[in-house]
Amino acid sequence: MAATQEIIHDFIVTTFPGDGTDPDQDLDLLEAGIIDSIGVLTLVTWLEETFGFMVDDEDVLPENLGSIAGITAYAERKLAESGSAA
Amino acid sequence: MNRYEHHLALAAARRPEHAAIVHAGGRTSYAALDAAASRFADGLVEHAGFANGERCVVFLDNRVETAIAIFGTLRAGGVFSVVNATTKADKLAFVLNNCEAAVLLTQASLAPVAFAAAARAPSVRKVVVVDDPPAAAPDAAMSWDDFGNVAAPGCAAARPAGVDIDLAMLVYTSGSTGNPKGVMMTHKNIEHAATSITTYLEAREDDVVLSVLPLSFDYGLYQLLMCVKMGATLVLEKSFAFPQKVLPLLASERVTGFPLVPTMAALIVQIRNFDPTWAKSVRYITNTAAALPPAHILKLQEIFPNAKVFSMYGMTESKRCTWLPPEQLARRPDSVGIAIPGTEVWVADDEGRPVPAGTVGELVVRGGHVMQGYWRNEEATAQALRPGRYPWEKVLHTGDLFRMDEEGFLYFVGRKDDILKSRGEKVSPKEVENVLYALPGVREAALVGVPDPVMGHALKAIVVRDDEGLDARAILAHCRAHLEEFMVPRTVEFRDALPKTSTGKIRRSVLQAEAEGRPLPEDEVAA
Repeated sequence: MAATQEIIHDFIVTTFPGDGTDPDQDLDLLEAGIIDSIGVLTLVTWLEETFGFMVDDEDVLPENLGSIAGITAYAERKLAESGSAA
Repeated sequence: MNRYEHHLALAAARRPEHAAIVHAGGRTSYAALDAAASRFADGLVEHAGFANGERCVVFLDNRVETAIAIFGTLRAGGVFSVVNATTKADKLAFVLNNCEAAVLLTQASLAPVAFAAAARAPSVRKVVVVDDPPAAAPDAAMSWDDFGNVAAPGCAAARPAGVDIDLAMLVYTSGSTGNPKGVMMTHKNIEHAATSITTYLEAREDDVVLSVLPLSFDYGLYQLLMCVKMGATLVLEKSFAFPQKVLPLLASERVTGFPLVPTMAALIVQIRNFDPTWAKSVRYITNTAAALPPAHILKLQEIFPNAKVFSMYGMTESKRCTWLPPEQLARRPDSVGIAIPGTEVWVADDEGRPVPAGTVGELVVRGGHVMQGYWRNEEATAQALRPGRYPWEKVLHTGDLFRMDEEGFLYFVGRKDDILKSRGEKVSPKEVENVLYALPGVREAALVGVPDPVMGHALKAIVVRDDEGLDARAILAHCRAHLEEFMVPRTVEFRDALPKTSTGKIRRSVLQAEAEGRPLPEDEVAA
């Protein structure tokens, strides 16, 4: 569990450095200007490649992809669904 | 002959209970917007000693208070400027100092940037904070609620606001060199542009427009200005990052007008579960900022079967220049059409004279929508505005290259300085990029020229792909099949993302500078 969050956190800070401050896991990444609409797409592609599940269009929502905590919970749920928990 | 804020009073008198703005689940009626704008105007006069003609800078997200401040500032006889919420302190300080802003309006989440900028702008007497101001606020800070609390309601309306040739707004736009420039628009300029655009869109008072475009961007701003003029409803969102949140609003609010920029169109056309009920009420879609790839136009028409698609072209300096009547779209999908109603445009040679059809030249614009110049920047103004037909008239030299076909329809060729030379031939990056976009799997594309002693520019395509299986060979084969040989890129580079402006335009100039190994243009670094 901690591992998933760490991987996601590392991806966010390296891909979307923002103003260089380390984002809190509950920070609203869009509100904070860290990711924008293209950033969301980049994130979706990366999740699919890294974890091997498909992100459905209807899952592209702020509650799933809006914060590091949200992304972690979403990824873990998808991994559990596909039976390959990380 | 009225000032633009008059439209708000008219709409409030005509249909007080009709929704002016729908935002974040709330509805603001015309009566409520009108009353709030008056309160803001009174606050400016009473709390900030705001004089006629002074500037109020609005540094807010898309929200109701942004609209209130725009109309409230006008009602107090002032000039507003909406600054993009992602602007950093240095650039905001530049804007505040450049226009000598008297008042800065912001929100709690942006307050640290606003306070840092205001501390470097001695002209700023009040910083008004929507939501609760943070504890570390400077003396000049005041909450939105306190600001609207006045001892003498109606004090702003009691003094003459001015006339329609007064300056109404400054729209800051990034220049090709140096700092942002404040495009000066009078009430009359706005009225001219808004009348022209609502004419060809056949806008109506029962329209509902869904806009996610920032109000700092003139395309977004005019959605508000035109809705108020018509007494129509604006559904205001602040981002398109989660299309699944925004698109259902098309159905629930029975949206009739949906303004897009190319990056939004790119997102929409690749949604796999697009619900056809979303598209039902939409009667028009507009696009500007950059041309839509023809492949996306076709797909949009398929997804929105009841909508007319308007391809348009414009620049902040005259708001909008051209529009393509939708019935022409099938015949000339790559044209941006003809001059907007009540204006003239022509393709000109270096002396400003019209050139024959088929010849590439600079687009020149004439009409009541042309700006008055750049705020306190005579040099840049003299570059853009040149003497026109009459002693009092100035025409706008856009710096954009166009050609016209035999029937008078215009085609964007590229930015004057965008043109690349490959084997002695002129190459418009736009043209090659359009071909790249037509290839499935290409999400974003930019063409740059790498200096080459033999070729002049060796063309390189920089591509963001959706499909990892798409390789350089397939892309080059596709280009060879669709382009003249000298336009075919030599190399392809794949990236995860391309740099963009805050309005979603791909910043080719950044990539071009990189390809040439020269430092980025100054404004591109700041942007």
